[in-house]
Amino acid sequence: MSVSRDFRGRRRHEAEPGRLPPGQYVTDDFPVLSAGPTPHTSLDEWTFAIRAGEESTTWTWQELQALPSETITTDVHCVTRWSKFDTTWQGVSLDVLLEAVDQDAPYVLAFCDGGYTTNLPIEDVTDGKAWVAFAYDGEPLEPEHGGPARLLVPHLYFWKSAKWVRGLVLRDEDEPGFWETYGYHMYGDPWREQRYAGD
Amino acid sequence: MARTAVRRRLSWQLATVTGVVDETPRVRTLLLELDDWQEHVAGQHLDVRLTADDGYRAARAYSIASAPGEPPSITVERLEDGEVSPYLTEVVRAGDQFEVRGPIGGYFVWRPEDGGALFIAAGGSGVVPLRAMLRERRQSASTAPAKLLYSSRSIDDVIYRTELGEPDHGVEIVHTLTRSQPEGWTGYARRVDAELLREVAWPSEDDPRAFVCGPTSFVETVSAGLVELGYAPSNVRTERFGATGGR
Repeated sequence: MSVSRDFRGRRRHEAEPGRLPPGQYVTDDFPVLSAGPTPHTSLDEWTFAIRAGEESTTWTWQELQALPSETITTDVHCVTRWSKFDTTWQGVSLDVLLEAVDQDAPYVLAFCDGGYTTNLPIEDVTDGKAWVAFAYDGEPLEPEHGGPARLLVPHLYFWKSAKWVRGLVLRDEDEPGFWETYGYHMYGDPWREQRYAGD
Repeated sequence: MARTAVRRRLSWQLATVTGVVDETPRVRTLLLELDDWQEHVAGQHLDVRLTADDGYRAARAYSIASAPGEPPSITVERLEDGEVSPYLTEVVRAGDQFEVRGPIGGYFVWRPEDGGALFIAAGGSGVVPLRAMLRERRQSASTAPAKLLYSSRSIDDVIYRTELGEPDHGVEIVHTLTRSQPEGWTGYARRVDAELLREVAWPSEDDPRAFVCGPTSFVETVSAGLVELGYAPSNVRTERFGATGGR
């Protein structure tokens, strides 16, 4: 262990052992991180699509809103080391959407306005683990936080919760998405500190 | 878009501070020496990890301030409620050691061979990775026209003030001072808005590459403004930080 001379640290939130993944700190803000300009797609043109080979199943904004939605309260963990506790979202479970598709693919690639992508195993987006979220704290999701809708996969680092999501491609193989191509981890489990390739 | 896979395993290693430069009352540059530093690309960052004597650790990411080929350095702004930045700006002195890993990130980067005119915009300490790009441009003798739009609160908050004041052929630097201006100031004196951007940014017909780094509100304004001016969204690359955005 290499001790940094006279470093004490601040050690907030020690009262809740086991709640903060290794290497993270708690913030009450909601920092914004994205690689390019914030896209703005009108709700009239917005769709969410699940593509399996040649097949594509598509929902309009109204159709998505008509599906049963859930309120989710969860902690989120960004790879840039901030974590935010007790965030509240409203969204449609991916279980509901995937139910409409006949598929047995092992992986998905989420795609978004602005060209962003991220890859996930199917088992990480099923059984109540992932949502298409369109509201935060009871309000429509702000564009800079991913509105009109973003993926919410809170058990993985937050770059997997793709902003401005427009759909999923079902895949037989796990191919890296945007940040994964630039050296970030293929899976991104905050509890195992999988920040970068090889972690 | 160039997509270079950077999939090497990153390990923590000890960095020795070889020098400290006070840039402004709140900002300091730390010159580092590392045994095993893989050459970085201008725009990348590294992680710093501090360890207390009881094993408690804290880590944060910092943009690399130096050009590729130069010894790595970081420029750190002290955040009043920060955990790592007060230590790096107030406690650390030459000869101290802390752990580092990097370089990290492959999207917010500029290489001389990328071509096109370069339009870079910084809010506050967002200038750090852009300064690495300007140094890389100079040392590689790139002829790409470059313009830096740099928003600071006051003249005393301008980081790298002396360096940016030196003539650098093909580089134009436009300051705006948002909170206070020295006597006789003839430059911009307001937050960047669409009109200011229209006056300063390269025309989109030149197919410029834009890099924008600063607080979220600055990045939102500038990146949206550039898209409105006709910049291809894929040519506008951003890096953002809020009050606690990891710096």
